[in-house]
Order: sequence, then structure tokens, then C-alpha cells
Amino acid sequence: MEEHPKNEQNQTNQHNQENSEPENSKQASRRKFLRNIGLIGAGIAAGAAALFSGDIFEKSKTKGGKKSVLLTQDNKLVEVDSLELKALEKSPEQQMQLRGREGIPGRRWIWVIDLSRCRNARQCIAACQAAHHLRPDQFHINTLQMQENPHTPAFHMPKPCQHCDNPPCVAVCPVDATFKRPDGPVLIDNERCIGCRFCIAACPYSARMLNWSKPKFEEQDKDLPYNIELNIPQRIGTITKCLMSSDRLREGKLPYCVSACPNGVYYFGDENEDTVTNGTTKESVRLSTLLSENGAYQLLPELGTKPRVYYLPPKNRLFPFEPSKDAEPKKI
Amino acid sequence: MDENNAALNKITEDLTFHIRITRGFKIWMGFLLIGLSICLYAYTLQLRFGLGVAGIRDYVSWGMYLSNFVFFVATSLIGMLISGVLGLIGIKWITPVARIAEIIAVAFAAIAGLVIIMDMGRPDRLEYVFIYGRFQSPILWDVTVVTTYFVLSALLLFLTLISDIAWVHKKTDHLPGWVKKTYQVLSLNWTDTPEKNHIIRRCVRILLILIIPCALAIHTVTSWLFAMSFRAGWDSTLFGPYFVTGAFVSGGSAVIIAMYFFQKNYKLHNYITNQHFNNMGKLLVMVMLVYLYFNINEFLVPAYKLKTAEAINLHDLFGGRFALMFWAVQIGGLILPIILMLFQKMRTPLPMLIISLAIFIGSWFKRYIIVIPAQEHPYLPIQYVPYNFKVYTPTLTEIAITLSSFFMALIIITLLSKFFPVVPIRETAVERGLVEEKN
Repeated sequence: MEEHPKNEQNQTNQHNQENSEPENSKQASRRKFLRNIGLIGAGIAAGAAALFSGDIFEKSKTKGGKKSVLLTQDNKLVEVDSLELKALEKSPEQQMQLRGREGIPGRRWIWVIDLSRCRNARQCIAACQAAHHLRPDQFHINTLQMQENPHTPAFHMPKPCQHCDNPPCVAVCPVDATFKRPDGPVLIDNERCIGCRFCIAACPYSARMLNWSKPKFEEQDKDLPYNIELNIPQRIGTITKCLMSSDRLREGKLPYCVSACPNGVYYFGDENEDTVTNGTTKESVRLSTLLSENGAYQLLPELGTKPRVYYLPPKNRLFPFEPSKDAEPKKI
Repeated sequence: MDENNAALNKITEDLTFHIRITRGFKIWMGFLLIGLSICLYAYTLQLRFGLGVAGIRDYVSWGMYLSNFVFFVATSLIGMLISGVLGLIGIKWITPVARIAEIIAVAFAAIAGLVIIMDMGRPDRLEYVFIYGRFQSPILWDVTVVTTYFVLSALLLFLTLISDIAWVHKKTDHLPGWVKKTYQVLSLNWTDTPEKNHIIRRCVRILLILIIPCALAIHTVTSWLFAMSFRAGWDSTLFGPYFVTGAFVSGGSAVIIAMYFFQKNYKLHNYITNQHFNNMGKLLVMVMLVYLYFNINEFLVPAYKLKTAEAINLHDLFGGRFALMFWAVQIGGLILPIILMLFQKMRTPLPMLIISLAIFIGSWFKRYIIVIPAQEHPYLPIQYVPYNFKVYTPTLTEIAITLSSFFMALIIITLLSKFFPVVPIRETAVERGLVEEKN
């Protein structure tokens, strides 16, 4: 601060020496005057700023200074000065949207379905429809009666969304309503969906459905904040689909259907840990061993969709195949 | 010189003769408006109760609405073929037909945009397409090119109308003052000077060039809504050109139907002549032969290999649930018209009207055949659902909503053709050597 005016004074002095005409010296004194005014102004401003910051510092000494220990969303303990704490600008709903789109860090959820154990108990379907407030004809998961050809045995095949790693439904969505999460599941945001149904046309597994009319629990659910990981409340004119029970995964629990199965059909787990847990027996096994020892396969792998669901073939079955009379849609 | 003026006056009189409110016009418009209101009532039901009022369900989720959208986009393509392609290579006989084709292009492109909104589960979220639009989705491509094509077609129609509007303004003393005033505003104070004509000609030329790739794009992209998916019956690399040639068939028949009614109702026998029907017949035969060729490719190739999923779909088309519709469309709407139109006697107005109606209706059902059966046979079986999930049947409400699109298109076509000369006055005068076109 001190040096600057001095330099300038030298410069003006030099200037005066070079041109010693009276008009120039008049100009110089005007310049000097202006400079002094500028200096005074700057000084006042600096003083005011110092006073203001000092005031804040004094206040902070009385109110702040405490440290708070907090748990972050990814389960880390952190220490934060209480001064730094402020209320979130985002509402709980926005928070749920945000974390629903980000997923659970470090996880790669994987699903293995053992066809040798399925006897079409349909309890997975009941649990799923209850959890997601679905109508009886809306199937996030369904068990299909399959038979490759008349000479091969028929079997029941639970079919959830395959949560493809290369999902055709996500590719065609015009508004980013359906999206692939880093931890595996393909989710749907029914506050964004415009109901164009391009994803239904694109999905080769028939895994997606629309709320064609008012959802079953519209009245009951209307005040709930929208949970994108549970897709409740369901909304008219928007897509609904299997979510891998992302809300349960966040709580560290197995998906609704996996826990509801009475016959040990489902294994669910984390590909990164190479471990899956059976939903019925709660027994954990090594994923790679389970897949290789049982000749696991995927649905329509030739389409290049890269499903996150594996099937174990219906070999050494626990139950004989009993066809269901409800499978084939009938004219009433 | 006087002779010249008399002839010019006659042309102007003839071509603006229909610009008056007649009883027939009132009855026709009344019919269209009443029909439209009934159909729009059906749409309010859909707004209240959801898309479920239509027959579409989780398996056949794109039904009549979407096939109708494809039909509307298709029909609008004719503007590009007649004004764009034939106009640019300097074919003379299209003069009285070009504006009809443009009117049809504008009307059908505009309504195509509305038809697709009728198919949305949440039309209240339409703006999301622009706010959150992802360019990876073919829907965004479709929105972009259909809008562009509509703007280009409307501009083309308007630019070629400017000089005629100025003439109409002088000739329509029987109309109310505000109508005359509107004509004056729309004519942009056009006067017959070489500079103004030069500017209009250049703009029209640029539009004609732009409209060709844009029209190809709109229907290619529309076909990609299907071809980009895995479904048997849609999974075809041929879909782009297959749809584009099919579009000329439906659009060509629409132009002939319109020509017939304009010739009769607007007394344009001296301008839209039998020769024009003859020429349009030949043009239609040509595009239909190309379309037939694409049809053979589209069905014979998968039918020879009979891959599992394709086989199920083809069996349903050739001999199953859709067989009647399929053969009616292919024979009655394609092969038979081609054979009939090879005879000169059949290329006269009345036979052409009947043949064109058959082609037009056949074209509509052709889209139905492309869109619906492929969805009734997904890769995995349809089980544990009500019967109407497995087999698509359109509901009455759905049919009414679909019909509303035709009422709206007819209203646009009627109004445009009623208040503007259907046959270009100035161009006709220039062609007959009554007005000198200076460059």
C-alpha cells in the first residue's frame, strides 16, 4: 500500500522535470488531488471490511466452536464444525430422488434363480405386488410356464426384470425417466415418465408395464412422498417395473420376492463380493462356484442386453412339474 | 392485348370462383365440426380415466394410435415427392397438383404431431420432451424432423401462395371487409416486380431442396421407432426405404382423392384435367411397383428362413388371426390397383377415385398390420393375464379418438382449399403465356 503512491509520485516528479511548463504542473496537482481522494476512499472501505469481519469473528467465538460427529450416506463418520452445519436446501423428496438415481456405492447387485426349486408357489409375486401396491394383473415378477419344445421338460420360470447392463429400454427413453444405476438395477422415475411406452416396445423380456388406469391405492397413497426406489405412489399413465427392491437393498435387506420364496429359488448378492445369499435358507455361497457348478445361463443372451439375472437349469428338481390352469389367458 | 387480359381475367375468375361461403361448405364444415366434437369428447374420457380406455395393454402397448401416427406421417410425404422431386426436375404437368399435395402435406404433418400426443400416457408432461430430451432416443429424432418438415411445408405452401393471395385480394369484393383485410396482410403487399418474384423463386427453390432430405428423414426415423427394437416383424434393416415408398403410395392416393373432389366441387375441369388423373395414375403405379418390390423383400426373406419368432409372426399374418386383413391389404390395396391402373381407361377420374380410396384405406390397415401383430408375439410367453392383454382389440373410444385426427385433417384441408386458390393462378397464367415471367 505504501509503495504504490511513492512510485507514482516519482513518476509524476519525473514527468514534471521533463516538462516544466505551468499547465503540466496544474495537471499534476489535479492528479495528486484525485489520488488522495482515492486513497481516503480505499482506506475507509478497508477499515469497514476489517470491522465487519472482526464482528463476524467475535460472533463466531460465542456461537460456534463446537464439533459435531455425523454419519454420511456412504456410512463414514465425519467431524464437522457446527458453524458449517446448515439445513439442507433439498426437500426429503428431492433427497430420495437424488440417492435413488445415484445408487449404493461399491455394490454390483446380482441375482441367481434356481429353476430346479421352483414349484410355482407364486408367493414372490404376492409379496412384490403388496410391496409396490400393484393390481393383480401387474407383474414386476411373474412365473412363466416354459417348454423349449415338446420333447424337453416343462418348468416354471420366475421372470423379473433382467436389469440388463446394456438395457434397450434405457436407450430409447426420450426423457431419462428410466435409467441404469451404477449398482445394477434399472429404475423408473414416475415423476418424469411421459407414458410413450417406447421402453415396453424395446424390452425383449416383457418386463415393463403401464398404469393404464388409476393405480389401485391412488387415494391411500396420495400424500406419500415419492420414493423412486419403491415406485410408490404409483401414478396413472406412467411405467412401473421391477426395481430389484432397491429400497430394501438400501436397508441391507434382501428383495421382497427373494425373502418371500418358500422354496429357496432365489439367490441374491453382490457381484463385487462374489457372494450370493439364498432368500429362504439365508445361506451364503460363492457366486462364481454356484454359477459354474450348475451350468448357469441367461435369457436371450444373443440379443446383447447383458442381463444381471442368471438362471440355473431345472435339473434334479425338488418338485414334479404341475401345470397351472391360470397360465393361459382365457376368454371370459 | 385485350384478348390476353380477357383470358387472364377468365383464369382468375375460374380459380377464385370457389372462394365464397356456400351452403354446401356450411353443411360440410358443420358435419366435420360435430364429428370432431364427438371424438374430442372421447378424448376427454381418456384424459380422465387414462390410456386404459383404449384397448392397448402391456403387451400390445402401441395400438391404433401409433399405426395412425405412422399413416399420417406417411401421407404427408407426398408434398416432397410432387413439389420437391418432380418440381425440381422441371416436370410441367404438376402445376395444378402441387398445391394440393402441399396442402395435404401441411394438414397431415400438423395432425401427426397431435396424434402422437393422443398416444401419450401423460400428455400433461409434453414439455418434458423438450426440458429433459435425450438425443439417444429415436423419439427426439422424430420430434425434431416432423416439426422441421411441418415448418418447411407450411413455408413452401405460403411462399407459393403470396402472389395468388394478392390477386385474390383484388378479386373478392363479395367477401366481408375483414377477410379482404386478412388477404392484404397475408399477401405482404406483393406487387408484380421482377425483384420480388426473383426472391420468392429463390426461396422456393431452397425450400424444395431442403424438403427432400427432411421428408426422407421423417419417415425413416418413424420406421426406426420399430426397427430399433428386437421384436420379430420389426427387426429389419429394410424398414426405412420400405416405409418411405409406402408413404408415397398412401400420399399419392390422398392427392388423387382430393383432386377429384376439387375438380367436381370447385368446377376446375379446365385446370385439373383427365390428363392429370392419367399422369397421377402412372406416377402411382410406379411408386406402388417399388413398394411391391419392398414388400416382397420384407416378407419373403424371413419367410424363407422361418426363424422361430419370425415364423410365429408370419404364420399369424399369412394364415392366422391377421390373415384376412393382410391379404385384403396386399391384394386389394396393392396388387389389384397396380394391375387396374395399367389400363388407360382406369386412369380417368371416377375409376381413379375408387381405386385411390381402396389404396388409401389399404394403406391405413397396412400400418395396422405392421404395428400390431409384431407385439402380440413377444419372445417370452404372455401368461397369467386377462385375455385382452394377449389379444388386442381396439375399443370404441379408441376408434373415435383415432377418427378425430381425420376430422381435423379434413378441416384443415377444407379451410385451406376454400380460402386460397387450389390451382396456382399466377403459375397457370405464366404457363399459358398470359403473364411474362421476367428473370
